[in-house]
Amino acid sequence: MSSEHRADGVRAADTIWPLVLHEVCFTAGGKPLIDHVSWTCEASPCTMVLGANGAGKSLLLRLCHGLIPASGGSIRWNGLSVEAARRYQAMVFQRPVLLRRSARANISYALRVRGVPRRQRRLAVTTALEQAGLVDLATSPARVLSGGEQQRLALARAWALQPQVLLLDEPTASLDPAATQAVERLLESIQQTGARMIMTTHDLGQARRLADHVLFLHQGRLLEYGSAAEFFSAPRSKEAAAFLEGRLLWS
Amino acid sequence: MDEFRAALVAALGLIANGDQDLMAIVSRSLLVSLSAVGLATLVGLPLGALVAVWRFPGRAFVRALLNALMGLPPVVVGLVLYLLLSRSGPLGGFGLLYTPTAMILAQWVLITPIIAALTRQTVADLYVEYAEQLHSLGVGPWHTLWTLLWDGRFSLLTAVLAGFGRASAEVGAVLIVGGNINHVTRVMTTTIALETSKGDLPLALGLGMILLLLTLLLNITAMAIQDVTKRLYG
Repeated sequence: MSSEHRADGVRAADTIWPLVLHEVCFTAGGKPLIDHVSWTCEASPCTMVLGANGAGKSLLLRLCHGLIPASGGSIRWNGLSVEAARRYQAMVFQRPVLLRRSARANISYALRVRGVPRRQRRLAVTTALEQAGLVDLATSPARVLSGGEQQRLALARAWALQPQVLLLDEPTASLDPAATQAVERLLESIQQTGARMIMTTHDLGQARRLADHVLFLHQGRLLEYGSAAEFFSAPRSKEAAAFLEGRLLWS
Repeated sequence: MDEFRAALVAALGLIANGDQDLMAIVSRSLLVSLSAVGLATLVGLPLGALVAVWRFPGRAFVRALLNALMGLPPVVVGLVLYLLLSRSGPLGGFGLLYTPTAMILAQWVLITPIIAALTRQTVADLYVEYAEQLHSLGVGPWHTLWTLLWDGRFSLLTAVLAGFGRASAEVGAVLIVGGNINHVTRVMTTTIALETSKGDLPLALGLGMILLLLTLLLNITAMAIQDVTKRLYG
């Protein structure tokens, strides 16, 4: 894999795409929660992981980010292990995890961890806050911001790291429609900067608005992967069709 | 009742006039307890954080031990330290028995487990929330510990104050290893015990009032810190 120097002096991989999962399993208490998933994901603006609650969406994201080890199979990012590839990624969780410090300090902390020099850090923090529309709240303690502002701050922190891929675990699940709209607008502007996203949601409206590729999971098994237009107009599996129609899915 | 009232008035007089003996005892008590708290904080905070975050064989036992040691009987600590520090003991050569250093050591032994156990609980709770995010950002193990200690700093202050509360109110251990020597190792609690047994109530009462006031101030400070930080930092 070829490499180049980034602005922060880190020798960075050209690309960590494609993401290749081969026969990936994850079991807990003897129960398979991710069941022999094989998937090759090429870089695309927004790959949406869809499925009902308990389908394994968040788990799959965590496995790809290396937060939990797979019970079997392999996950490689353009040949890199999940641990090695993590520094080219950032993840945002359903409930934003913000440190007990100011909004500005939250972003600065993440950049310091990645070794960005102080001067560049200051500029990057300001740019990220501007991008998220949080400049006025820069000095406010992060944890007293509203839910929507907190999620935007978590996104700004993730984006400030200039990741090649942004992993988003239901980032709007606990937000009201207005806050959801603000977050989606931010996601679109992040997309325009070239970052690629893999996102989970069970909000079909959001999936239709943002996704260009869809991966559909059902009870830990990958049932479909393809273009969003194809998935929404003609799902291939009966489980996906039932999910799109809002019918309950049983084993 | 009249005797009590007279003692109370005399005690207030001692405090109001800044009685030299009383002030010397209060200063010595603070010096001993604050030194012990400082040392216990240096050991207890990182120890508690390590036990909270680091997975190692026997971790559950260490956790149980820390909790159990929170209730160490002071007289037993005093007795063990006495045996260690007495001339025939293994540490007798240092000549520490009946010195303020021995008292600091005794209080340090008593409060380190308190600070460590409370720190472990605070950091463990915080780590449940932070673990995935810190892992995702690529934060190393030592930086993780520091982040958790820093973000838990206000809750941890309460742990340190709890340690100080225990240290300043402790009598058994410092009496045994300090010897309650006038102008050398006499502190508030040992003086109260001595003066009460002698029937000299004003000094005992005066010191008792100062001790109570300190305890009250500590609790008010702890509550205020928690309230303010909850409001400011969520």
